[in-house]
Amino acid sequence: MTPGVRLGQVSFVWRPWMVCVTLLLAAATFLVFCLSIGIGDFPIGLSRVIATILGRGEQVDEFVIMDLRMPRALAGLLVGIALGVSGAITQSVARNPLASPDILGITGGASATAVFLVTVSGGAATAVVSTVGLSAAALVGGLGTGLLVYFLAWRRGVDGFRLILIGISVTAVMEAITTWLLTKADIRDVARAQVWLVGSLDNRSWDEVRVVFWCTLVLMVVVAAVAFQFKPLHLGDEVAAGLGVRFSGVRAVLLLCAVLLAAAAVSAAGPVPFVALVAPQVAMRLVRYPTPPLVASGLVGALLLIGADLTARSALPVTLPVGVVTAAIGGPFLVYLLVRANLR
Amino acid sequence: MVGLGALVVVLVIGAAASLAVGARALSPAEVWHGLFASPDPDQRLTEIRLIVRTVRVPRTVLAIVAGIALGIGGSLIQGYTRNPIADTGLLGVNSGASFAVVTVIAVFGFADPFQYVWFAFLGAAAAGVVVFGLSSIGRGAGNPLTLALAGQGVTVFLAAMTTAVALTDLQSLNALRFWNAGSVAGVGFDVIWPVTAFIAVGVVLALTTLPSLNLLNLGDDVARGLGVNIALSRTVGIVAITLLAGAATAACGPIAFLGLMVAHVARYMTGPDYRWLVPYAGLLGAVVLLVGDIVGRLVVRPGELDAGVVVALLGAPFFAVLVWRGKFRSA
Repeated sequence: MTPGVRLGQVSFVWRPWMVCVTLLLAAATFLVFCLSIGIGDFPIGLSRVIATILGRGEQVDEFVIMDLRMPRALAGLLVGIALGVSGAITQSVARNPLASPDILGITGGASATAVFLVTVSGGAATAVVSTVGLSAAALVGGLGTGLLVYFLAWRRGVDGFRLILIGISVTAVMEAITTWLLTKADIRDVARAQVWLVGSLDNRSWDEVRVVFWCTLVLMVVVAAVAFQFKPLHLGDEVAAGLGVRFSGVRAVLLLCAVLLAAAAVSAAGPVPFVALVAPQVAMRLVRYPTPPLVASGLVGALLLIGADLTARSALPVTLPVGVVTAAIGGPFLVYLLVRANLR
Repeated sequence: MVGLGALVVVLVIGAAASLAVGARALSPAEVWHGLFASPDPDQRLTEIRLIVRTVRVPRTVLAIVAGIALGIGGSLIQGYTRNPIADTGLLGVNSGASFAVVTVIAVFGFADPFQYVWFAFLGAAAAGVVVFGLSSIGRGAGNPLTLALAGQGVTVFLAAMTTAVALTDLQSLNALRFWNAGSVAGVGFDVIWPVTAFIAVGVVLALTTLPSLNLLNLGDDVARGLGVNIALSRTVGIVAITLLAGAATAACGPIAFLGLMVAHVARYMTGPDYRWLVPYAGLLGAVVLLVGDIVGRLVVRPGELDAGVVVALLGAPFFAVLVWRGKFRSA
């Protein structure tokens, strides 16, 4: 049996299996993170990578690792965590294992904004990109669209079903705009925009990492503060209300955090597909828990994203953006989820 | 019957407007001359004849044919899936066609729409069958959400694969971006005639299934009791949908939300009897696509907005209103 633990006002259930798996996931994530830094045109051994991260490395390693490889690896780590947690929240709130923040409009809005800025050269667009950067501008576009979906779906509270359908419709409008912008643009800009559109970790700088780092940190604190009301939420409005959860308030805060996390991730790496969908489901099965666990989902997300990036740049014959690899993994996984959910 | 007549009149007016409106606006007399006059040494009249015959007529014909196909296809998909959210865009048909187009351009170096249109057709049909099959396994059959999410998932997957191919081949990336916008312009009669033939077969098949479709919507048990061969009716229906949606998408590129939108308007006009609903939806589809194409020529003059983009910009908010008014229920 799983004993309960009570510390003052907070009580939770002590689950040894869940804690063990989560710690193992953390260790695996750290290992892949270091591997991703070590592997490249100038290979560096694992021990030297760890020494350099701890500040006791050689000068040469320090330059290659801290200036060249660290931003990419960190971006992968943070984006993966943000997407995993965001997906876990979305799936819990929508009470649907197939929901992911991609359909809440963030991805579509950020894509349309980014493509607009990449393809429309001159004047205001160039000024915006040079002052605040493409990532930050995409962040604003994604957030705006996410909030629009949220308000359009609001009708005496937010309902998961309506949220998904409104999200699909708003995303379709954004896609139409993106498509039109692409037909107008110069073909070289189109290629640049297309890489952004599928999600990529190429050429990340410390600036971008800083934005996603602070966003993720602040939001994780907020999520952690309300997460203990997470489980009743999954039981449905009536049951949750009966158990004393102020569900509309909690749900609004959690959903807002999910939108913001996804937007931060999209701004740093573009709309990397399927990570937010797959990570919570894998985490759920690993820790044997009935709802998507937050911490484990974040770790699986990071593991998936860094692993996919490593595959994309070292294992494949041609260098592809990381989003292509996550889609190749995620597509079949989605099919599996669908078939399983329907056959039960 | 009066409604059908009115729609035909609107369609004829739309077609006339479609011949006259564009970057080079033509008067009715000029259109008439362009259509029926014999070759003339006059430079200006020759030019008009060229515009009308090689630009305006093909795109008008294609808008009508593809509109009918997507309208009928959309209402049939909704009938057979018993799913008010079914649409070619949501079923992954569009992304399947895009993927096929990009792949054959990258592999075989096709440059002419006449060459890759057949592969678009195959890709569209394959993706549609996969999504439809996935969402109708077991318990999920008929659940709008399962279908929407299956379509969305397959679309995202195929889109990423399409990008992967397009990024390694600049020529296919270039073709992809124009193809993706969904346009009725720039396609010649060499493509339009075969596509029309496919669509005609699809329309005939669709019309023959309508009485049994009505009975199927009473539930499988009732339909079987009334003597409907359910498996046969479903198979014919799916073949018709694939022909209609696949051929239209192959010729125009992805046009989302058109089928969904007109199916709902048609149901509002006729009630649930598919024998009336489907013809209305076909004519409405032609009208909406034609008007979408004309509007696209007018709003960003002298440039053009592709018909697919206009229809999506109209259809998506329409869909949102339907959602908001509670037209879809989770099963």
